[in-house]
Amino acid sequence: MFNFLFADGSRLWNNDLWYALPAIVAVSLVYAATRHERMRPIWLHAGRVAGWIIGFMSIVCIVLVFFSWLT
Amino acid sequence: MIAKFVEKPVPESINLKDPVLAAFLAWLIPGLGHLYQGRRAKAALFFLCIMGLFVFGLYLGSSNEQCKDSKGKIGYGRAVYFSWKKGERTWPYLCQVCVGLPALPALIQASRMSHNKKVWWGGFMAPPRPKGDHGPNKLQPTLHDLHRVLNRYFELAWVFTTIAGLLNVLAIYDAWAGPMTTIPGGKKEKETESD
Repeated sequence: MFNFLFADGSRLWNNDLWYALPAIVAVSLVYAATRHERMRPIWLHAGRVAGWIIGFMSIVCIVLVFFSWLT
Repeated sequence: MIAKFVEKPVPESINLKDPVLAAFLAWLIPGLGHLYQGRRAKAALFFLCIMGLFVFGLYLGSSNEQCKDSKGKIGYGRAVYFSWKKGERTWPYLCQVCVGLPALPALIQASRMSHNKKVWWGGFMAPPRPKGDHGPNKLQPTLHDLHRVLNRYFELAWVFTTIAGLLNVLAIYDAWAGPMTTIPGGKKEKETESD
């Protein structure tokens, strides 16, 4: 069912989804930095934003897996 | 649950110095506007995040492989280029140029290419050579070469450099007007006042 996530039967670290990681880190940190001035709230807010992004991506992934399983 | 630990933004006075100059510096080099304002931690954060993403995008859009059409090498930073010819307009460059100085070599290269002069720096940020162009840039890759050699990394490089440019728009706004804080409980307080 999850074969498309691990194309050519390869290992997890060969997956292209890892390219999302630097983007998520940068987007969440910069977004949080535009809402706070001090570093501690920036880190905490960035963690929350990153969680939301990963959660949203996971939901989309589950929906896609479900539809690929249907077909 | 994490929201419990997130501190509410507290409005505080920040010396923005000359906001217009700070915004211009923030566009020129990500984080430079904040450095000018003395906001060093945020300057470092913006510089590392935005430039890190942009440089990673440039890296993904690079290759030492030989081109099929032109027999030259692909070269570096191929995902950032400017072209305003009909049918070849590079809309992502409008976002990429928001990174400022690091994206400006693309304008120089585009100007040289359109004036039929040899591009500099081995084709770094140069637009792809039109097919059938056998002028001084005959060793430069065509768009077909870029897609064939770089494959999906060409699109990934576009995405990373474009996101970097868009993030710098947020950083420019922050340098110009300060953080976009909300007044804690402001709405509720207003409602109770009107009651």
